[in-house]
Amino acid sequence: MKKLLSLVLAAVMAIACMGFAFAEGETIKLGVILLHDEDSTYDNNFINAAKAVEAELGIELVLRRNIDESNACYEVACELAEEGCNIVFADSFGHETYMIEAAKEYPEVEFCHATGTMAHTEKLDNYHNAFASIYEGRFLAGIAAGMKINEIKAAGQLKGETPLIGYVGAFTYAEVISGYTSFFLGARSVCPDVTMKVQFTGSWYDETEEANAAKALIAAGCDLISQHADSMGAPSVCEDANIPNISYNGSTVEACPNTFIVASRIDWAPYLKFVCEKVAAGEKFDYDYTGTILTGSVKLTDVNTAAAAAGTVEAIEAATAALNEGSLKVFATDTFTVKGEALTSYQADVDTDDAYTPDTEVINDGEFSESFFRSAPYFDITIDGIELLNTAF
Amino acid sequence: MQTNRVKAPLVHLSRRDTLPLWHKAVIRLAAFILGMAVCGLVALLLIEKLRLDPSRMGEFYQSFIKGSFSTLARRWKFFKNVAVLLCIALALTPAFRMRFWNTGAEGQTLMGVLAAVAVNFYLGGKYTNGRVAWPDWSLLVLMFAASLIAGAVWGVIPALFKARWNTNETLFTLMMNYVATFFVSYCLIKWVPSGSSSLGKLSSGKLPTVFTGLGKSQYSDYLLIIILVGLVTALVYVYLNYSKHGYEISVVGESERTARYVGINVNKVIVRTMLLSGMLCGLAGWIIGAGLDRSVTTESVGGQGFTAIMVCWLAKFDPIMMILTSGLIIFLNLGADQISTTFDVSGAFPNVIIGIVLFFIIGSEFFINYKINFRKKETPSVTK
Repeated sequence: MKKLLSLVLAAVMAIACMGFAFAEGETIKLGVILLHDEDSTYDNNFINAAKAVEAELGIELVLRRNIDESNACYEVACELAEEGCNIVFADSFGHETYMIEAAKEYPEVEFCHATGTMAHTEKLDNYHNAFASIYEGRFLAGIAAGMKINEIKAAGQLKGETPLIGYVGAFTYAEVISGYTSFFLGARSVCPDVTMKVQFTGSWYDETEEANAAKALIAAGCDLISQHADSMGAPSVCEDANIPNISYNGSTVEACPNTFIVASRIDWAPYLKFVCEKVAAGEKFDYDYTGTILTGSVKLTDVNTAAAAAGTVEAIEAATAALNEGSLKVFATDTFTVKGEALTSYQADVDTDDAYTPDTEVINDGEFSESFFRSAPYFDITIDGIELLNTAF
Repeated sequence: MQTNRVKAPLVHLSRRDTLPLWHKAVIRLAAFILGMAVCGLVALLLIEKLRLDPSRMGEFYQSFIKGSFSTLARRWKFFKNVAVLLCIALALTPAFRMRFWNTGAEGQTLMGVLAAVAVNFYLGGKYTNGRVAWPDWSLLVLMFAASLIAGAVWGVIPALFKARWNTNETLFTLMMNYVATFFVSYCLIKWVPSGSSSLGKLSSGKLPTVFTGLGKSQYSDYLLIIILVGLVTALVYVYLNYSKHGYEISVVGESERTARYVGINVNKVIVRTMLLSGMLCGLAGWIIGAGLDRSVTTESVGGQGFTAIMVCWLAKFDPIMMILTSGLIIFLNLGADQISTTFDVSGAFPNVIIGIVLFFIIGSEFFINYKINFRKKETPSVTK
């Protein structure tokens, strides 16, 4: 009993000390640079995460909205550093070079950048990239898609001879390619004869173009649509046409109650929390951070049972467990072929240079090692079964 | 004898004679203060944090000052932003004085940015025999020329169509903005093989650090830009008010027929003036593309080409007054951004604030041009 009591006391003391240590030092001040504001699902996802961390850790949060990918980003990063932020975080890919410039001028402030690629080659102590293994989330969402297609097929309601998925992508960029490939592999893992058509819009946010792309894919006979773009364009078209939709960045169930199945998203709160705690403890941290399902960075929304196939929730749970224990690998090379052949070696452009030279062997141990050499995705291969309708972007 | 009373209307308007300058200033200042007061009321209704704690109203107004002037970095940013906006507004002025409604400053400036960045992209950072092929100073000169030419070309195309076929310049210049935007998208797809369409800041083509001791090397660039635009302001002022060209522009603006009658070649004046207008937009593009961003996106000009129209009109096409009006707009912009941060309000709210204040200032012009006469107290007026 005494032992237990002393243990409890020690634990209470330890927690109290930790809380004290956090409160005693000055409050951590986190500045967040956002490309747009709440109207963009992409930026809204960051705002929600930052506010969650603010509430949880009691840090001071400063949000700077609508900051272009230009000298304006450098100016705002400097302002935040000068006005007492310990951490400056920017959310858009194009902010990167301007963040690095500011990071060089304020070595005592940590600069963190989502989706960027240059931290591990710039090697600044105070500049970091972060991303998440969202390909795992896409794969799980793909399983929900494959099961829905199986259901449509069993009911004899396929639009064509074989099942077909349509995908609206933003740019022909690794982040998007990695996303739709993992989604497709997830779908094919439960529905072996499925193929996919991808239509690009050339913009991260263009409601009209995304809607048009979705309409074109539906007209081409797609049985299900998914997207990697930030507006409601594609989901709305799906709801109107009664075509099942797998969404991204967050649930669209309110606007699309009959067709929304599930959505994957990155939760940035675990990363922001990690950074705040590291800075509060006065510790340094690595150039790159890749959040996973286990860190709570890769999330799926609730499955909309009104639209999803029976057993979807259980199948996703089983696959999640398999991914977490490592028995299931998203980019296992025996699950896909490129021009009819299995991939045994591939040089990816991991280190950013002006000429975009492929520089790193990424096939290891029967798997394409995505988000391993750096956090941002570098899977940029078109695999068999996926057809790109336009590649201008 | 019959009394016939003509009832005067309660209110009637009459055109004012020109008011003394101080009187105009008082009316405009009153409009500004009234606009700010209304802003405060709207904010009190719409901003949750203010509604819950109205004692923060003081902080609301302080945010305007804080946005532009609270730190050295912000003061530099304020004056630099004023200079860039002023440069685009100056570009519009000759065209507007000619009553040629150039709504294409956005595209003309963007083409200037694109040209500067294109030169830097293709020639910068290249080596021949271990030596830099194009040192920064030569790059900057080439970029300067390319920007001016690109802006001028984008400006003169609608002018040529106007002169030759009398096309509508407002629509034509407006449409050229979209062409420019898509041209930038196209170039980014070509230039960035990874597919991200994000070029990032180029390392070559940096402005030389001319002024030292300002704190940061960046401020030297800003000061250079401010001085350059100051010079351009003076030149445009002199050109418009004291040169033969300036006089011709005014005459064409007043009446094309009169211009023809006195022997002015109207088409020549239109084309020449739009060349100048586009070229000055190109200069603003060079400032953005070479001096600040060293990169290009479709958002590089960020709507300033349209804001400049407002700057121009508010100042009644007077280059010196434009220093004040562009200052006012940048002051409101930075203040509204600060409010968005301080009170955690999103999206369009800052634009609502700017809109309200501008509405009052534009509205005040009415009171400068017209007098409101109220019906006088009943004085018996007898008519035969």
